[in-house]
Amino acid sequence: METLLAFVIGGLYAAGAYMLLRRNLVKLIIGLALVSQAANLLIFTSAGLTRAHPPLVDQYHQRLIEPHADPLPQALILTAIVIGFAILAFALVLFRCAYQTAGEDDLDQMRSTDL
Amino acid sequence: MNNLVALPILIPLLTASIAMVGWRSRIFQRVVALVGAALLLGCSLALLYQSSTEGIQVLQMGAWIAPFGISLVADLLSSIMVVITGLMGLSVLIYSLASNNPEYENFGYYPLMHVLFMGVNGAFLTGDIFNMYVWFEVMLISSFVLLSMGRKRSQMEGAIKYVTLNFLSSGIFLAGIGIIYGVTGTLNMADLSVKLADADPNLTILLSVLFLIAFGIKSGVFPLFFWLPASYHTPPIAVTAIFASLLTKVGVYSLIRVFTLIFIAEPEFTHHLLLFIAGMTMLTGVLGAAAHYEIRRILSFHIISQIGYIVMGLGLFTPLGLAGSVFFLVHNIIVKTNLFLVGGVINRLRGSYHLKKLGGLYELNPMLGILFLIPAFSIAGIPPLSGFWAKLMLIKGGLDIEAYVVVGVALVVSILTLYSMTKIWDQAFWKPEPDTSPARPDKPSAFELSLWLAPVILLAVITVVMGLFPAVFFDIAMRAGEQLMNPAEYIEAVLGQTP
Repeated sequence: METLLAFVIGGLYAAGAYMLLRRNLVKLIIGLALVSQAANLLIFTSAGLTRAHPPLVDQYHQRLIEPHADPLPQALILTAIVIGFAILAFALVLFRCAYQTAGEDDLDQMRSTDL
Repeated sequence: MNNLVALPILIPLLTASIAMVGWRSRIFQRVVALVGAALLLGCSLALLYQSSTEGIQVLQMGAWIAPFGISLVADLLSSIMVVITGLMGLSVLIYSLASNNPEYENFGYYPLMHVLFMGVNGAFLTGDIFNMYVWFEVMLISSFVLLSMGRKRSQMEGAIKYVTLNFLSSGIFLAGIGIIYGVTGTLNMADLSVKLADADPNLTILLSVLFLIAFGIKSGVFPLFFWLPASYHTPPIAVTAIFASLLTKVGVYSLIRVFTLIFIAEPEFTHHLLLFIAGMTMLTGVLGAAAHYEIRRILSFHIISQIGYIVMGLGLFTPLGLAGSVFFLVHNIIVKTNLFLVGGVINRLRGSYHLKKLGGLYELNPMLGILFLIPAFSIAGIPPLSGFWAKLMLIKGGLDIEAYVVVGVALVVSILTLYSMTKIWDQAFWKPEPDTSPARPDKPSAFELSLWLAPVILLAVITVVMGLFPAVFFDIAMRAGEQLMNPAEYIEAVLGQTP
């Protein structure tokens, strides 16, 4: 399972990097979304996958017994998803404003601040 | 347990909320924002006093014992940074009373500034690496809005670059956090410092590079700084000034924190890499500045160059080097902000930031000339101003461990900095006013001008005081440097036991 997820994460990063390097504003946003999802999956995978052992104390024990899934990474991912979502939503509005102001969605034409 | 540690985060939050409630009234927002900033400064001074007399102050949020809950930690470096945030917040808010376009004030300028201070203070005070990510995002989202407020084309273009690269950097930071949690099973920085000592050194190096890239983008070091000169000169000048004083410095603070607390096992690799980066950052920044003729762009490139000095102290990795970094951080934040503020006054008086269109300012307002010269000489490192002592500490620290190359670079860059500053002086103040200069804006009233100049004078006085009485500041910087070089103290304060 870890191996499969590792390939999925690698694929997401690769696709994200490719999209980030495109000149179109919309593709740039898609790239950002892909990269942030890849990071979330990376947290999920690197913390270790434990299947079918929820972190709950059953009626026969007083405390958690190994093996059990770690709930913390999922809490982290939840936070990261919410933050990433908020920033992406802001970026979408910003890029739309930029498109309206500049009349342009080609990043190569937006170089007036670099010169 | 000390609840004072949480106040630098709570006060801006409360101020922002109250200011939002009265968003229809500009006067109400102004009063609330100023009172909040003054309270923040007072409270952070109290925190600095406590942490310097009683040692590192720790607050475990919700009384969850470290490393299970989130700890807020105020050691000397954190407290100093919180004080400087309060000081910059207050001066820039006073400045924006005069400089701001009323439209921005109706648009939530003051609440946004306070949310920014909350994020910055949170990042300085937290002792938890994931919590630091959250504070970074709080800070970033408010900076995004402040940067794009006004919707000019240049602002939009700058904001796209700023948002994209900072979002990417947060993604890398998050990936680093994921892997570090997978390796150690903890997120508390003090606990990480203990547990990472036993980890596979190759993995530690990989992790340190991930964090170096993430924080490197945020602090604008070579070769990751390109978003900075492309975006910092586009927003209103008060926003540029607060960005210049705080945002990149949060990145540098994080670099100092993780490379003195967490990634200390392989200094031959990590800290040599940091020294190389420091040298290159100083050089590229100052050379970029030499090529420009717009005041805000020149100063933006100087931000990068000065970041190099701060990273140099970290790369030296000696108590004196780190003390130099701390002293330089404080000096640089004050002086750099002041230069931007003076730039704003120049624009108010003459209607341009472009050196080719300016001239004759010394004749028009000799006092402004003096107020420009103090931070300009200080940033170039001319005694007896604060920059001289900051550079002296770094260079002495470099010579002590025979890092001659980076010391040489630092000295050459100082001369080039002086060149840039004399360029502004020569072109804007001394040269007769050219025919191409734009029509002069209406003369500001005496009251308006005093609002513009009050924060400039305040920061200039602090620069001179730091220069004339360096012993007090040197002493506290030296103690901060020793505290950073000895992470056991931090770990003991947070975890409550000796490692």
